[in-house]
Amino acid sequence: MAEAVEKIKLLKSSADLSAATYQIHDESHTIGNSLRWMLMKNPKVEFCGYSVPHPSENVINVRIQMYDNASSIDALISALEELDKVCEAVEDGYLASLREDKFERWVERT
Amino acid sequence: MPSQTFDNRRLVGIHAERVTNVSNNEFPGHYPGEDHSWNLEKFKKNLTVTVQRLSQHSIDFDIVGVDASIANAFRRIMMAEVPTVAIEQVFVWNNNSVIVDEILAHRLGLVPLNVDPSLMKMREPDTTPTDQNTLVFNVDITCERNPKAPKGTLNPHELYINSEFLSSHITWTPAGDQEETFAAKRPAPINPNIVLAKLRPGQQINMELHAVKGVGKDHAKFSPVATASYRLLPHIKITKPIPPSKAEKFQKCFSPGVIKIDPRTKEVSVDEKNVRNDSVSREVLRHPEFADSVELSRVRDFFLFNVESEGPYAPERILPEAIKVMREKLAVIRQAALALREKTTTVDTDVVMADS
Repeated sequence: MAEAVEKIKLLKSSADLSAATYQIHDESHTIGNSLRWMLMKNPKVEFCGYSVPHPSENVINVRIQMYDNASSIDALISALEELDKVCEAVEDGYLASLREDKFERWVERT
Repeated sequence: MPSQTFDNRRLVGIHAERVTNVSNNEFPGHYPGEDHSWNLEKFKKNLTVTVQRLSQHSIDFDIVGVDASIANAFRRIMMAEVPTVAIEQVFVWNNNSVIVDEILAHRLGLVPLNVDPSLMKMREPDTTPTDQNTLVFNVDITCERNPKAPKGTLNPHELYINSEFLSSHITWTPAGDQEETFAAKRPAPINPNIVLAKLRPGQQINMELHAVKGVGKDHAKFSPVATASYRLLPHIKITKPIPPSKAEKFQKCFSPGVIKIDPRTKEVSVDEKNVRNDSVSREVLRHPEFADSVELSRVRDFFLFNVESEGPYAPERILPEAIKVMREKLAVIRQAALALREKTTTVDTDVVMADS
């Protein structure tokens, strides 16, 4: 790409980042919905929601509001790290099941 | 097999005209006095991933204990963001067949190639092709009369030579160090028998094709899967005993094999192994005599995936590739978030010079 676009832009926020809207470039419901779910699992998060503002714009907006003036960006980073662990756990489980080789094998006609 | 029971909270109710309890509410603060905050250990304990069936073209696997958002992310990535290689540019030197250039070019783009995408780089838009990001194929085919055709035949395969342009006529032309890189498997269409155009004597096609790496969200030809879908495990609870005289009628309300009838007592029960095959047609709810003796539902966190591969990846490789893509995306966003945090906190600590 010619010009480098910022992956995350801070749209609106309180001064201490306890409530903020992040615009993530080049992402969709794939990341948006999983990220929202993981953020909502955090008890320090008061509110979290995401939207795809317009289908012709390749961005998502993620709104995070925290209790007790905690930092929303810390919550965002830890949610991303936890989601990575979820992916790792699913992959490990899948590969273990493949290695166990207890499934049915069949031949599909073409 | 003992009857499988699920916590009522895990069930999505299915009624004659509506579904109930669709969303998962297990978030901190939703249920008073219960802790639903994120806990990796608890998640790992509840998670089960089981491969059920595997063939050379498709795989069935269950992911149990994840939220719909995670399952859906995997499904979306399998379809739209796992990269493959497909023909992107077609340079037509000659084509006097009845298929016009544009249609033929589109058909060529959809041909699945056997190229391992990890051996190639993505070509950025408006950059020159290199041996790292582009594969060149050529087609040069001319249809002629067959001088040795048996007398009186009407079969075009006997009457003419090259009466069909098949995917096997696409030949690879190595460039740079591609001969070594792709030595293990020479790039070619996976299926050699795809008819791309029909030809008659005097017609010829001469083209150069450029294949690049791409993802399904750009064009469906790059999607590594034919289908990638999930559904939720059906759950049937018989609340009142079904009279023996109605047992067979009850059984017929469900997909074959889902309901068992004891041959002696005519007692009706749900076959827990086959309940996954039920279509949840709700037929049973149409009969007034059964409507209040059965509860239909689906298990909200029990995902039955079916993935059909039609490309360079073996079906069992597609989920790991999707998870790899997901983790790369998360890593990129995390890096950006860390940079943003650095930026916002350093601005705060800057010494502000007072205007005099």
